[in-house]
Order: sequence, then structure tokens, then C-alpha cells
Amino acid sequence: MAIEQELQAAVKAALPELDCIIGWGPGPDALRDAPLFLRDAADADVLRAGFFSVNNPALFLPEYKGRKIGVLVKGCDARSVGQLLLEGLVRREDLFVIGFPCSGVIDAGKAAALIADRCEAGELRSVREQGDSIVLEGPDGAFSLAKKDVRADKCERCLFPNAMDADLFVGEKRAPFAELDEYADLAAFEQAPLEERMAFWEKEMSRCIRCYACRDACPLCVCRDQCVAVARDPHWLSQADGIRDKLFFQIIHASHLAGRCTGCGECERACPMGIPVLLLKRALSRRVETLFAYRAGIDMQGRPPLLTFSLEEPRIKERDW
Amino acid sequence: MSDRSFTPAFISFKALSGWLRALAQKATVHAPRREGRAVVYRELGDGQGLESFLRPTESAKHVLFPRSEALFSFQRQGEAAGAASGKIRLQEPEGEGPAIIFGALSCDARGFLSFDPVYDGCGTAQAVGGIAKDPYYLRRRANTSIIVRACKSALNTCFCHWVGGGPASTEGADLLATDLEGGLLLSPCSEAGAALLEHPDCVPALPEQIAAAAALHAAAERSLGEAPPAGELAASRAALLALFENSEFWQRQSAQCLSCGACTYLCPTCYCFNITDESNGIAGARLRSWDSCMSALFTLEASGHNPRAAKAARLKNRVGHKFSYYPAIHEGRFSCCGCGRCIKSCPSSVDIRKIVLAAIKEAAHV
Repeated sequence: MAIEQELQAAVKAALPELDCIIGWGPGPDALRDAPLFLRDAADADVLRAGFFSVNNPALFLPEYKGRKIGVLVKGCDARSVGQLLLEGLVRREDLFVIGFPCSGVIDAGKAAALIADRCEAGELRSVREQGDSIVLEGPDGAFSLAKKDVRADKCERCLFPNAMDADLFVGEKRAPFAELDEYADLAAFEQAPLEERMAFWEKEMSRCIRCYACRDACPLCVCRDQCVAVARDPHWLSQADGIRDKLFFQIIHASHLAGRCTGCGECERACPMGIPVLLLKRALSRRVETLFAYRAGIDMQGRPPLLTFSLEEPRIKERDW
Repeated sequence: MSDRSFTPAFISFKALSGWLRALAQKATVHAPRREGRAVVYRELGDGQGLESFLRPTESAKHVLFPRSEALFSFQRQGEAAGAASGKIRLQEPEGEGPAIIFGALSCDARGFLSFDPVYDGCGTAQAVGGIAKDPYYLRRRANTSIIVRACKSALNTCFCHWVGGGPASTEGADLLATDLEGGLLLSPCSEAGAALLEHPDCVPALPEQIAAAAALHAAAERSLGEAPPAGELAASRAALLALFENSEFWQRQSAQCLSCGACTYLCPTCYCFNITDESNGIAGARLRSWDSCMSALFTLEASGHNPRAAKAARLKNRVGHKFSYYPAIHEGRFSCCGCGRCIKSCPSSVDIRKIVLAAIKEAAHV
């Protein structure tokens, strides 16, 4: 791909000034790239940036605070970088941000379901992009899928496909797929009565193995080793294998991300048990949008509403209900 | 590969559910079920889709080693509960009855072989007469039969053949099921497995069915990727020790790691646990729950010091334990069954195969 080659050249040129550059390289199976930490120019030849570059590299940035590093970002990744900057968790002068136009990324779970009759995702030998399709090499030959059928839901509603605030932007900026995120997924979910919704979460959370991949894949989950979920003193969450405490953690996670979550969806993608935990965060994002007219990671002059305090919020009528 | 002293049987897919239901009269049957995007073990129920081969997302270890279990419960006695004179009443949990795991993969059955010596008073416990036996695990182990379903093909993340396994390995299995046209060939690998076949729908297998299964096993074997030359992997034991102080190596290897517990909790051989007393008022329980060496809390000391404060040290431990420290005290057996779940389900695509091979290579250069 032309963009990939341009990015490889850009990375090679930038690397001498940087500690490392975080991007994507080949993954352990065909449908996913792996995060790649480039340290010398030879590594740049395996650099990838495209439909399979799903991981959000912003996640790693706080670890490198104080060192000058480069990072390749999709539009959604750039919003995470923006939010980290706003919260002082990374410093702008430590970063060299390389953007490129993103046309969405794969939802490997969607692809796996679509190809289930042919093979498992782990049996694919290779995959490549071809315009609006991907061409997959399975055990019984090649076949193709339309990108739109396997694209992640978050991409369909993405308003910012071009990384904002990049030091270098490679390629032509493109128009987003959507003009407005109407939270249609949430609206559909809320059609069901409350009992049904609770039953849904109980069923979903019954698969949870408490690995906390959702938390550890979240670029804005910054308590890291001090997480309330594993605190022993006080001991907030029971060690018993119960749905109540598993759901309790998800509520805590979502609450801590209210007004901070950029909707990158890494929590849900990371979940090995396929629990749709992004929906909980979206419920709070919508509320923050309604109450505070705020969307995380976009306005570098803005203040995350729950990290600040106003005596009187213009959209919250506290005194004259 | 099955023991010749046992006679293989055949069961049609139509009769499969009835047979398992009959088994479920005497034991709790755990079988894989697709739920959303995951395949999880559930107690036998309706619409389980037993006729199709499903690769469980999780291992079956929770059947023998629950995610959390009460070792005992306690209650303070007497009017002034909690007073110095008060007694505490302890109660053992009720043990479960027999269990059957249907549809485990061959790697999963082999995974328990890493558990066994640990919970059967091995290693350091021998210094005190091998008394450190774990009755909770051992009771379940003795009470559980494992029906392995042979893999039809390998995934890119599979490497059971690196560590002595194979898609139709019978090690650790009681019964090996192979998907044939119209049903399963059931080859017993133990007395307990043979006993499961005492059912009118389990009919003696035809020679051509046995031959067909053998051909399928061979084909699955061929679908596995390339393994390192025989014996080369054993070098990991010395290599990982040699690299113990090489923090640069481990920082490089762990750069993409999120330090979450997906790998350890999906792993059929990770056996670590934590113990917590949880009480509410005057009653409570001592819980044993899964723990993960990828978590910061795993090594956090009471003083506040943490010898594995960084993720590099935690990943080093996970790989080192499986490919060096464990084999050093267990006759060279790796604490890894090559199921590849830690790779397949890693949100950040960490590949333990690459790390072990990189360690062997790096140590050879030093």
C-alpha cells in the first residue's frame, strides 16, 4: 500500500531523534496486526498501518513519559492522545505524532462469524486489503469479504477519521462515514424493559473471568496498579466468583471514564470472552454530551467536565426543577 | 493412539445428546457452548450444539480448580460474638459429586498434568514428607472424567507439538472422541473412560471407522506449523536463567504487554491462587481464588515493596516459570501445553513462542 510505504519512509526519517516509535507490525494470525515498537530503521520495513491496525497505541504513552517517542495514530487513537494531553498524563513535547487517513479497522469477531462455514480465523494463511474488500487465503483457497461487512461498529459512527494535532500527516484526509453519532446502538438497547436489560448484563457478565483486559487495554484507565478492583485495604470487591461484583467493576470502570472515554472500543475488543462492555461507557458518554456538551479528546482548550467544577452548570437545573 | 486393551465405540450425532444426558444422571457434565463471541463450558443444557466441534475460548481448568471456592466458612459463636471468650465454628464446604468434561481439547487434558504434581504434595513439600496435598483439587481430580475431542486442524496459534502434545493426544484423557461422518468415534484411554461407554447407543466401532479416525488425526497433525528441532526448546531452561538479570531484553519483550490476566486465566496450566478471608459481621469464609503473576498485587509485600513492580518483571516470571523454573523441578516437563490461548486471546498479540525462541537465541549470543 502506498500509504504504508510513505509511513515507513517517514518513520525511518524520524527515528534518529526518537527513543522509539509505536505503530503496528505483523500479528500472530492473519486478521490482526500487533503493536510494534520500532527502535531501528530495519524494523520499519515490517511497519503496517491499515485495516488490521486495530490496537490503540495511545495506551502505551504514559509509560514513556519524559522520553521523546513517536506514535502512529488513527483518528480514534489521536483522540485518546488528546485526552491524555488534556489530563497531563503525557506531555506534548515528548511526542512526535504521525497521522494518516483511517478508513476504519476490522472487527475480527465479525469476520470470524462470517467465515465460520469455511474455517476459523486462526486457520487463515494470509489476508490483504484490496480496495473496499479484504482477500483472505483460507485452507481451501482464496475468497473475499467486503470491508463494510467486517468493519468495527465504532468506525461506522466515527466523526474523526483523520488524526487531529499530528506533527506529520501522511496521505489525503478523508471524510468520515458518519456526520453524527446518534447513539443508535444505545437507543435500540434501551427499547427493552429494565428487567430484560439487567438479565442481559447478568448473562454477559457470567462469562467474565476477571482478567481485567478491559481495564488494561483502556488508554484512559490510568490508575494501573492502584485499581480499586484489586485493592485489599479497603477490600471493595469480593473475591467470590459472582456476577454482582463483576458488574460492579464494570460500573466503576464506566463511571471513572465518564467524560474521558473517547469510544475507542479497546475495552470491548480486548475482552477474551466477548462481553460488550463499551455499551456501558457509551451510555455515560451520551449523558456527558447531553449535560455538558463535551466530547472527550477533541478540544484541546476544553476541560473534562468531571475533572473540573462550576458553581452552576448551564445545562443542569439544580435550583428550579 | 488409544490403548489397545480398550474397544472403541461409535455414537451417532443423533444419539450423542441422549448419551450425555444419561451420563448427567450420575455426574455433572460440562460441555462447550457458544455464547456471543466466546465458547464457554456450561453444564449440559438444551441447544448446546454438541454435534459440532467447538474450540473453547477458556480452558476447562475451572472444573477442577474453581475461579473462587470457599475452603471453609467460619462463624463466631456465643452471645458476645467477637468477645475474647467466644469460640469460632468452622465448617467444611460440601464437596461436589463426580464430573465429566466433554469436548476438552487434547491440550486441555494435558494441561492438568502440570497441575497434578503441584497439588499432590510435590517439590518442596517432600522435605516435609509430601504432606502438602491439596484435598480440594485432588478430590475433584479423582472424581472427574475427561472426554477429549480431537482437533480437526490446528490454528496459527497452536503449538502443542512443541511441548510433546498433538491434536489427538490421549495423555490425561479418559476418552478420545473423533468427529467422523454422522457421529463420534469414542476411544477409551482409561478404565473410567471405558465405563462411560456402557450405554446402548455406544455401539462397537467398525474397523473402517477406526481407520478413518486415524487418518483424521494424521491430517490434523500435518496442519500444525513448524516446530523447533527436537530438543532445542529444552535450552529454554538455562537460557531463561541466564537472562534473568537482562532487564533490557525483558523490557523489549514486554513492550506490547498490557499486564492483564487474560493469558493466565485462559491458560490450562496456570495454577496460582490467592487466599482471602471475607466476612460480614460474625460470619464469613476463607476464599481461594485464581491469581495471576501478571498482576501487580501478586508480589506486593506487606511492607509496600514490590519485587515485580514493572510489567517486564511479571512477563519474565510467566515465561520463566513455564519454560525454566517449573521444568527444573518437574523432570523437564514444561508448564505449557501449547494450546496457544495466551496468544490467540491476548489483546496485544504477545506471542510466548517468540519470547522463548528469542531468549534461547539471546542467551546463545552472550
